[in-house]
Amino acid sequence: MRVLAAVSGGVDSAVAAARLVEAGHEVTAVHLALARTPAASRSGSRGCCSRQDAHDARRVADLLGVPCYVWDVSAPFQRAVVDDFLAQYAAGRTPNPCLRCNEQVKFAAVLDRALALGFDAVATGHYARREVAADGSVTLHRAADPAKDQSYVLAVLTQHQLRHSLFPLGGDSKPAVRAEAAARGLAVAAKPDSHDICFIPDGDTAGYLQRMLGSASGPVVDARSGAVVGRHDGVHAFTIGQRRGLALAEPAPDGRPRYVLALSPVDRTVTVGPREDLTVTGVWTDVPVWCSGEPMLPVSVRAQYRAHGEAVPAQVSTAARPAGGSQPADAVGLSVSFTVPQLGVAPGQTIAFYTGEEGERVLGSATIVGTWRP
Amino acid sequence: MRAYLDHAATTPVLPQVVPTVAAELAEVGNPSSLHSSGRAARRRVEEHRERLAAALRARPSEVVFTGSGTEADNLAVKGLFWARRAEDRRRRRVLVSAVEHHAVLDAAAWLGESQDALVELLPVDSVGRLDLDALDAALARDPEQVALVSVMWANNEVGTTQPVTEVVARAHAAGVPVHTDAVQAVGALPVDFGASGVDALTVSGHKLGGPTGAAALLVRPELAVTPLLHGGGQERDVRSGTLDAAGIAGLAVAVQVAVAEQPHRHARVSGLRAELVAAVHAAVPDVVVHGDPDPDGRLPGVANLGFPGCEADALLMLLDAGGVDCSTGSACSSGVAEPSHVLLAMGRDETEATSALRFSLGWTSTGADVAALADVLPDAVARARVAGRLSLRGA
Repeated sequence: MRVLAAVSGGVDSAVAAARLVEAGHEVTAVHLALARTPAASRSGSRGCCSRQDAHDARRVADLLGVPCYVWDVSAPFQRAVVDDFLAQYAAGRTPNPCLRCNEQVKFAAVLDRALALGFDAVATGHYARREVAADGSVTLHRAADPAKDQSYVLAVLTQHQLRHSLFPLGGDSKPAVRAEAAARGLAVAAKPDSHDICFIPDGDTAGYLQRMLGSASGPVVDARSGAVVGRHDGVHAFTIGQRRGLALAEPAPDGRPRYVLALSPVDRTVTVGPREDLTVTGVWTDVPVWCSGEPMLPVSVRAQYRAHGEAVPAQVSTAARPAGGSQPADAVGLSVSFTVPQLGVAPGQTIAFYTGEEGERVLGSATIVGTWRP
Repeated sequence: MRAYLDHAATTPVLPQVVPTVAAELAEVGNPSSLHSSGRAARRRVEEHRERLAAALRARPSEVVFTGSGTEADNLAVKGLFWARRAEDRRRRRVLVSAVEHHAVLDAAAWLGESQDALVELLPVDSVGRLDLDALDAALARDPEQVALVSVMWANNEVGTTQPVTEVVARAHAAGVPVHTDAVQAVGALPVDFGASGVDALTVSGHKLGGPTGAAALLVRPELAVTPLLHGGGQERDVRSGTLDAAGIAGLAVAVQVAVAEQPHRHARVSGLRAELVAAVHAAVPDVVVHGDPDPDGRLPGVANLGFPGCEADALLMLLDAGGVDCSTGSACSSGVAEPSHVLLAMGRDETEATSALRFSLGWTSTGADVAALADVLPDAVARARVAGRLSLRGA
């Protein structure tokens, strides 16, 4: 197969590419430049796409004896990931930018271009497994190592995208991959993991949002009493379920801590209340993507709504009301009811659905547009 | 067998150069040392200086050896600016053509950003040739404030030659010195430093079959140049650093050979270029040839070709996979292909400036290289066109 291996300069994508070369595929390495002006260097190697990362990617390709090119994806990355991230926060929602990047950049813009240029597949260092059925259809599964499993951020892929994707690391643990990198002589074997959000290299998301979105102060309102209990500098600084940093002038009458329950960017209101008011029994979503093929609805699943969250039992059915969000009014979303009520579910999050005996197979995903409470 | 069509980036070392460099590397002696070994090394360096000077019709005292063409360009632009400014504080203006190599453009830009210079980019016409009226107008406006003019002998991306003689006449009439970056011209076109009238000229070893890391700035001895590098003052106190006797030997031999063979090579390489353009045209009828169509107005070996609907970086990758080495205009340090500033200056839009490839032929090129390109190009262009509709830029 002719495979385009996305190499970030990190250890995972390096080992993924090495395995494909070893398996006899015709591999071309591509380093994706996500910003027009890469940081010259970046302490701690957090995030990606510094000049050092481009260099490391090239050295990996040299060692594997495959060509390496840099593709400038800064335009789609800015629009589909960074701008979307800011717009979602400004609208009081909680987006996951890695997921948008996979959906709109890596497995869309890059994959489409790769296919047009004659490649058969795009490979990445994500920890997830694919299974190919006799009829050629592909299902997405959790990685063998639950601690590294990244199937959640890939649950946005369509069947078409999944068919042209390769995840060579899905069956391994991170220590095993590091050991393999060292054994192969890859200089990136000991490189620290990237984490957090790559375009916020210092990890200070609140500071970044403040810089990019500015201040828009408003009231903090107690959900039970309706009283204004404080002021804030912008709803984007908060996420639902947040407890710290509320800077409330007066404690609640019952003395118990208060949590962010809701964000309303239109009237700039942050609503707070007791922990039990965070309880959500179900969510509405926009139109789902069924990556492994569309199931019959309703269906019992395990649902996961955070990248590193637990998957919980839920029932999924076609939405009983018009979906909101960015979908057209007649688009059909889903309603998802949790078997056990959940805390801290926020609009903007992606909810991924798993099935199978151990909940290892990904059915698909959708974006949460609203929640309902007991 | 790969088809190497990127001689303007670097060209194979000439067979006469290798033994010369190897022999010199085997010798001991710092040319600045006073003892016998040092004197012997000095003597060989000076013989090579004379050899290089003779080939370019310069005087040996006009040769300042440097570690790269980039260093020579920086020395000329910054060194002339500083020295001329020191003589007269009013001389703040630096006039450079908009199609200069980054070694000149970025050096000038740095002067503008941090040294109080006023940098003016002189426009070019649609084939990339300097607009002399614009130069006249720029010189007529406060000529006493102009520190220097820098206009390249021939452009590295599109091959168009510049009217250096006319530039010199105009600048000298205004009392302004002229630098020319001739790294692409030496060995490809007749270059006579003495007759050209330019005050400073850059020549680089690896562009004409010599070693990388050996270059020179030819500069009139009466012209003050403030050094970039301070230290032992080895080269006329204009450039410090232990003289690289082996590199200098390789540079001198390469210049001598390349200049001697220039007329013969020009005819052969021009013919191959014509073959290449014809072959590409046959395969891709809507190909656009950038640069001067007149063979007398350009480098013999450079063909800058636009492929409508393609992105150059995709096409380069496909040709690379097909065994053909060529280049896009320029890439930033992280490897991202940038729209060519040369094509933009020639009035092309950003799409055109990102859909052109440079094929450059040199002394080892043959008809087989052209045939190899013609063989893989149609499929590569067809694929790049499909991908071009899914451009990452607009996506």
